[in-house]
Amino acid sequence: MSDATNVTDPAGEEAAAEPVQAASVADERRAAHDIWVSGTEERYPFAAETDEGAQEMLPEAEDPAADIQSGIAVDDDFLRESDVLADERQIINMGPQHPSTHGVLRLHLELEGETIRRAKPIIGYLHTGMEKTAEALNYAQGSTNVTRMDYLSPFHNELAFSLTVEQLLGIDVPERASAIRVLMTELNRVASHLVWVATQGMDIGALSMMIYGWREREVCLDFFEKTTGLRMNHNYIRPGGVAADLPHGWEDDVANLIDAVSGGLDEYEELLNENPIFLDRTMGVGVMTPDECKQYGITGPMARASGIDWDLRKTAPYCGIDQYDFDVPTGVHGDVHDRYTVRMEEMRQSLRIVEQVVAGMPSGDYRTEDRKVTPPPRARIDESMEALIHHFKLFTEGIQVPEGTAYQAVEGPRGEIGCLLVSKGGARPWRMHWRAPSFAAVQALPVMMTDSLLADVVATIASVDPVLGDVDR
Amino acid sequence: MARFVAPRASSDMPDKEDTVDNAARPEMEESASTPPANAAIASVVREFPDAVVTEHSYASSDVTYHRVEVLVDSWVGIVQAARAAGFDFFIDLYAVDHYSQAPRFEVGLNLVSLGAKERVILTTRVPYDDPSVPTITSEFAGANFYEREAYDLFGIVFPGHPDLTRILLPDDWDGYPLRKDYDIGAVPVQFKAGSADL
Repeated sequence: MSDATNVTDPAGEEAAAEPVQAASVADERRAAHDIWVSGTEERYPFAAETDEGAQEMLPEAEDPAADIQSGIAVDDDFLRESDVLADERQIINMGPQHPSTHGVLRLHLELEGETIRRAKPIIGYLHTGMEKTAEALNYAQGSTNVTRMDYLSPFHNELAFSLTVEQLLGIDVPERASAIRVLMTELNRVASHLVWVATQGMDIGALSMMIYGWREREVCLDFFEKTTGLRMNHNYIRPGGVAADLPHGWEDDVANLIDAVSGGLDEYEELLNENPIFLDRTMGVGVMTPDECKQYGITGPMARASGIDWDLRKTAPYCGIDQYDFDVPTGVHGDVHDRYTVRMEEMRQSLRIVEQVVAGMPSGDYRTEDRKVTPPPRARIDESMEALIHHFKLFTEGIQVPEGTAYQAVEGPRGEIGCLLVSKGGARPWRMHWRAPSFAAVQALPVMMTDSLLADVVATIASVDPVLGDVDR
Repeated sequence: MARFVAPRASSDMPDKEDTVDNAARPEMEESASTPPANAAIASVVREFPDAVVTEHSYASSDVTYHRVEVLVDSWVGIVQAARAAGFDFFIDLYAVDHYSQAPRFEVGLNLVSLGAKERVILTTRVPYDDPSVPTITSEFAGANFYEREAYDLFGIVFPGHPDLTRILLPDDWDGYPLRKDYDIGAVPVQFKAGSADL
């Protein structure tokens, strides 16, 4: 296929985007440590047979679906597994309270010595039925709900939801609202990647990275707090625009933020780029090939680290993000180290976008003046019957959305965050489905882990950057 | 529906209007004879006369994506056709309960073509008394968790799935919570130590 050759050979894109100073030392190191890279490509027979992960851990010739429906299924797969294992293999249970599982992810690991032969992610410990909750909330309340899913990228969640509602409504938002949305989501990408670099460092033993990453993230959160009133779960981006205009002096705040984070990024690279322990722990670990990414729905920085040049900001631009100059970094090897270089470069590119947004911030409304979506100003209610009716209707019933189905996705820090809304008319969605990037990434963990060492499990989980609130919803 | 699917940008493709008309009649089995304007989508649906194609544009954007509805008999076939046509990037699989409509459950598959830079959402409908859709895990290994989620929350079964178990809910959970006839707020309270009974 033509596109397949495209993605496996990203030479043209990657040369410009990869940080130059990282390449030299890292490449030397890589030449000496390609143990786990080699042979990974042919290990997984895709599509022909699915023998990875969940299904492989089950005994053959058993129909689990029938068992569960008839009520005789064993609750815990662990017990069922123990009967069929060979003597020299053992199963250990990692999580859901393990500190390196980033929440409540649980992994069954079948070990042969220190080598992982099979792995099975078990999820659901944080399932709170947010998709069901969404059916009971109106469209104005919906962004309050979705912002809690992927709690490290709340703005992206709100944006995906708001854009989907706007697609159903068929409305456009003012330019200033779009620019503010781009500003906040790109800063959110930086904040999210900073958490990632902090936890990635911590998980493989570079404990000081934890402190540095959170330090710079705090600067971002301070700005979020000043703008939205909250450090997380902002409910700031809403259908029709944003909740409030930017605060006074926001240009200075953003300029200080860019200085602080850029300085921090240089510092991290000084700490990590030539650190032999960091390089040994990350190179050739947790490899995903481009074909594997496509099979398992791996998007975002992980797919780009594998060489897939796919970024929704370029291919399906939202909020006018295509008017800003930025590059999409891609990697070659698809291992933990390439995910590191890609994410570090993504933070720089996001700051580049933010600089352009600050320079070209348009004036005007920060939310649409469509009175079917945005309530009228308080003063108008005293003067106009029309305004009173609109106000009353919006606050008693909510935004009326026409019948239809819409899908809209944004490029989140972890990949494609997609929202599918089914409306049957009225003020509440009939169904909201959330396309969660972490859900797909957790499913692919066995692909990355199988036949690697137990110590690489934490490095691999950290490089996936899963947010369990997003996985379980 | 008509308001939703109307292309926002003024179109230079005259037959786009024909595909939009189909959206108003989703029950129609025979698509209009005009093929979709998009070449990649046209190559997906070429072998499937039951496919109903609609074009949608993203919010505040001229970029479009397509939805293709087929009968459940064509499900595996059109997934294979889409994969052969370059839509080989698995993104998402979802289910919808259209309670009170005739084929009650909708299952959708979201695929991306990196070469054509296109997105297609393939959908099919299955009835309440036989909610089974053939699995596509042999085409896309990543559909595994998504089909388990649809089974878990909607009770849609995917014959041929290697491990069709509950994924988000406990294994002994009763019912399928995202169905529209599943009561909300009906979870029994277990710890009543502070209540007046004691």
